[in-house]
Amino acid sequence: MSKWSMVIDLDKCVACQACSIACRFENNTPAVAPDQAEMGRAMRWNDVFPMPINSMEGSGEYPNVKTQYMTRPCMHCENPPCIKVCPVGATFINEEGLVEQNYARCIGCRFCTVGCPYGVRYFNWFEPQWEAPLAEHLNPDKVEGKGVLEGPAVRPRGVVEKCTYCIHRLKKAHAQAEAEGRDFRADEYVPACVQTCTGKARFFGDLEDPNSAVSQLEKNTRSFRLLEDVGTHPKTIYLREG
Amino acid sequence: MRPATSYHPQNKNEAVILAPVRRVTFEERWLWAILLGLMGLGAYAYLTQWNSGLGVTGLNRPVYWGIYITNFVFFIGLAHSGTFISAILRLAGAGWRKPLTRAAEAITLFSLPFGVGSILIDMGRPDRVLNIMFYGRFQSPLLWDITAVSLYLFSSIVFFYLSLLPDIALCRDRLTEAPAWQQKMYKILALGWMGRPEQFERLERVLDGMAIFMTLLVVTVHTVVSWVFGMTVEPGWHTALIGPFFLVGAIFSGTAAVVIVLAILRRVYHMENVLPVSLFNSLRKLLIVFTVAWLYMMIAEFLTASYGGLADEMPVIWQKFTGDFAGLFWTMALAVFVFPILIFVFLGKDHIGWMVTACVLINIGMWIERFVVIVPTETRPRLVSTLMEGMGNYTPSWVEIAITVSLFAGLTLLYVVFTRFFPIVPIWETAEETAETELPPVEPRRKVFGTRQSL
Amino acid sequence: MLAIDAKDKEKIVMPLFRTSRAFIALVSALGTLALIGVAAYARQLYLGLGVTNMDRPVYWSTYMVNFIFFIGISHAGTLISAILRVTGAEWRRPITRVAEAITVFALMIGTLQIIIDMGRPDRLAFTILNGRLQSPIIWDIVSVTVYFLSSITYLYLPLMPDAAILRDNCPPDAPAWQVKMYTLLALGWRGNRAQWVRLEKGIAFLAVFIIPVAISVHSIISWILATTVQPGWHSTIFGPYFVIGAIFSGIGALFLAMTGIRKALGLEGYIGLRQYRNLGLLFLTMNALWFYFTYAENLGIAAGQQPEEFVVLAAKLWGEFAPTFWLMILMMVAAFWILVVPKLLPASVERVEVFQPRVAFASVGAAVILFALVSLSPRTPALAALSTANSLTLAWAAIIALLIFAALGVTFWLKAHPVASATIAGGIVLVGMWLERWNIILPTVTHPRLIPYAAYFPSLTEGLVTLGSLALFVMMFVVFFKFFPAVSIWEVAEGRVIEAAQSKNIMPAPEPSKTGLLRPRKFKL
Repeated sequence: MSKWSMVIDLDKCVACQACSIACRFENNTPAVAPDQAEMGRAMRWNDVFPMPINSMEGSGEYPNVKTQYMTRPCMHCENPPCIKVCPVGATFINEEGLVEQNYARCIGCRFCTVGCPYGVRYFNWFEPQWEAPLAEHLNPDKVEGKGVLEGPAVRPRGVVEKCTYCIHRLKKAHAQAEAEGRDFRADEYVPACVQTCTGKARFFGDLEDPNSAVSQLEKNTRSFRLLEDVGTHPKTIYLREG
Repeated sequence: MRPATSYHPQNKNEAVILAPVRRVTFEERWLWAILLGLMGLGAYAYLTQWNSGLGVTGLNRPVYWGIYITNFVFFIGLAHSGTFISAILRLAGAGWRKPLTRAAEAITLFSLPFGVGSILIDMGRPDRVLNIMFYGRFQSPLLWDITAVSLYLFSSIVFFYLSLLPDIALCRDRLTEAPAWQQKMYKILALGWMGRPEQFERLERVLDGMAIFMTLLVVTVHTVVSWVFGMTVEPGWHTALIGPFFLVGAIFSGTAAVVIVLAILRRVYHMENVLPVSLFNSLRKLLIVFTVAWLYMMIAEFLTASYGGLADEMPVIWQKFTGDFAGLFWTMALAVFVFPILIFVFLGKDHIGWMVTACVLINIGMWIERFVVIVPTETRPRLVSTLMEGMGNYTPSWVEIAITVSLFAGLTLLYVVFTRFFPIVPIWETAEETAETELPPVEPRRKVFGTRQSL
Repeated sequence: MLAIDAKDKEKIVMPLFRTSRAFIALVSALGTLALIGVAAYARQLYLGLGVTNMDRPVYWSTYMVNFIFFIGISHAGTLISAILRVTGAEWRRPITRVAEAITVFALMIGTLQIIIDMGRPDRLAFTILNGRLQSPIIWDIVSVTVYFLSSITYLYLPLMPDAAILRDNCPPDAPAWQVKMYTLLALGWRGNRAQWVRLEKGIAFLAVFIIPVAISVHSIISWILATTVQPGWHSTIFGPYFVIGAIFSGIGALFLAMTGIRKALGLEGYIGLRQYRNLGLLFLTMNALWFYFTYAENLGIAAGQQPEEFVVLAAKLWGEFAPTFWLMILMMVAAFWILVVPKLLPASVERVEVFQPRVAFASVGAAVILFALVSLSPRTPALAALSTANSLTLAWAAIIALLIFAALGVTFWLKAHPVASATIAGGIVLVGMWLERWNIILPTVTHPRLIPYAAYFPSLTEGLVTLGSLALFVMMFVVFFKFFPAVSIWEVAEGRVIEAAQSKNIMPAPEPSKTGLLRPRKFKL
């Protein structure tokens, strides 16, 4: 089976945040009110944030600023610390390596949220709201089933959500291939952020396929993963600048 | 021949307790000879090491600490037996412990020097041992260790001697047939003890105070020993639980050692009336609690560490569960927990033989446990590149094994010689007046340690 | 028809049939607070958890602290009833029912806190229908449920003979429903030998069973935190650490409850100095052990100095959590001092005139003023003189000296008022242990590895819900003891019989010893 992974080349990333916006509109992530955002409740499945180059030293002072910008989706770890702790199986890993989040099952205990060392998970503090014109243009895609509600589906209040590597696009591609009676092709499935990236810094593919871009880039000398010492084996891979 | 003006409490078992002191048998001299022989072998092994260097051991890179350090931790752990019985149980008011106190404290007293000795043996430059005093840095956990253990040794000697004092006076007065030098020894050591009521009261008060001090000390000592490991950053060692973990293990293995020693004394010196089965039953209940407490510590340690799954920690954990040390680890689990708990719960009541079996298993298992805490961490360092072909293995050499055996032989020898010169059961503490009846809770202010009878 | 000692009847049974005005006032006040809490929760339920001040990354805060705190208090019952019963400590008899009641109600309120914290409380059933045994929360649900059921049983079993006593000894004007309640609860208890044997066996079995269950409960709660990889939480010591802390806070709660019940119902003859003294010894032991565990935990982090861990510790030692951390340490030291000093102070020492509570309060006040000046000094130009290194050192030295003076000053008062000092120590410990839970949860969630720091302060909702939960807890406790005897009548009576039998074994005391040690000896000089 496939093992989906994303490679982000930090040399090419210009921190334009197109990925974050594309993700927001693809996945119906609401913007929160300014006072909520000040509290730190903004929801960005793909987050673009500054990080000091040397974590022990800090960002420095202008003009000797030592910071870089990271763009961060969910890591879709192979040893996810979030899944270990979910009491009801609302988050789980499927055979294709995606860490899924089922809004219909989640009881809102936020154990997964405090357990994630990368901070990729977000919680619906209130009922999500959109301003008038946006509310009419939500993405209708969703992954729905008996007791299952995933992907861009409008979340109820009190559940946890996170980047899904656009699982709805995966399901649609599978369904399309099946309807046309042919095999599924990996290049038919690409998350919104990868599709949008202005600097062509993001790559997506199947690590099980040795010829895919991600497999090739994984072997690059510049490749690294975030927080490797924590033992999570993240599948989102970065290429170092320089 | 001393005039009978000094007082000793009446004890109907006095004859039985003093019997070993009165004569040394032929078999015993053979035992001493064998033990001395083993110690000689150990001395020869150490001489080899002194001449050639620590290369004669099996130590290597990255396993720089091996069975010498295991012995160190084990012997210090063994030393906790005495303090637990004499001090902690004294504070808890467990009167049944009285016949055991001296036997247990003797274990403490005689194993501490071998613990300290193990460290000296392990040093690369033992001739520079005084540098610790001249250039000692209190930032180092080793220095806390040395301070704590020295204080413990000193206090144990004082505590032991004080509780021995009335019995030395008894020996001085009763053992009229002993050789002149032995009588002189008793006379000097008795410090003029006459058995007056105020002397006894003063003694009891000092022992009460020391009991509190020793309890605090025992908690500190083994915690500080564990912090030699805990204050590093090595996976498997740098764990906050290591303090309580070692402490519970020490009291556990110490109490098990007390059971073994008591059973041997009981059999060899025919002390069935002095050390009745009820003592073993009380110890059995304590050991059940300790066994379960040890299991709890292991669960706390391994459940937390393995659930976290940190990349540095997991290789060490796998080494213990399924790797090179799996055999030792699971043997330890069987020897320390599975068999003992089954024996204690189902077979141990009133059956000294089974108790001793379980306790022997516990002590062997606890030695392995120390080994399994120390060595696997060293075999899986973070930078895996240090582990090249053939590295990360450890096999003790004959030198280490000989020295280890000689340490145990030394402990046994000191103990056996002691029992031939001093009564191993405190005659004055097990005397009749304070023995049988349980004092009622009269006026609470006047409650005294050691009045409750059985557990 | 079960007989009862007349004094017991007057002191323990009769109050159950009288409703005083104070009782009604108390219940009304508590009920109002609880209702306010319910209203705040209803609003939260309607609007969402956003009404709290939780944010990213502070996903767990006040409610979790309350949860761990209340479950911690519930260990009071187990310790007193079960462990002391198993070790044969007779002095436990008057306080077992108070302790067991604390357990049951604390467990209920603790579980309530978790449900309040859930984002989707309507999906609580999923934890059973779709529960995954891999999750520490599921272990927690299982262990707390088992503990709760065992505790209720353990409260009920010794209550049965008492209910029978009440059934048989009601005053003639007792309301019919109350008599019926006791009859039902007594389950036809006749007090014959066969029934007593069965009851004793049941209680003994439960006592031994409930000890490992209680230990597992708080260990598992700690492992909810420790099985994550978050710095400050992923520590192996959490299991025993939380258990010790729980027993510690449980004894504190027990002190408060004991004194309250004793005062309100006039039970000085039953809950006496012996209980306070022995519980005080246990309290001191737990206090010492708590310090040991806290020290072991933090020393390791300080020595290892791994970057992510150390940041959390630094926040507690001198960062934004320093006030709560050092306040907690101060409280634990104060509680230790309050209980240990009376034991160390010999009775014959003459009271020093200057050591009076008034003077002690004055010096504490002075210390507080100095502290305020010291903390404000960099900001106010008028106090700039105070911010030089020398004067700061002097000021701190003065603060510490004043506090020590105050501590010494209250020693005589503490010795003269053992019950009050135990109660004060208990109250201090409860605040301190709540702060301890705070200091464990908040610094870690506010200092994650990758997320920029966030601040947190409880919101009005969380405050009202916390207050309401406390009020509910006290209310349940008070109402329970309105209808059930505060002291276990039969256990106390049994204790009297045992003591009488033992006293027949007294050895005649010989000549009185000068130092007051009771050690009869037959001296033959």
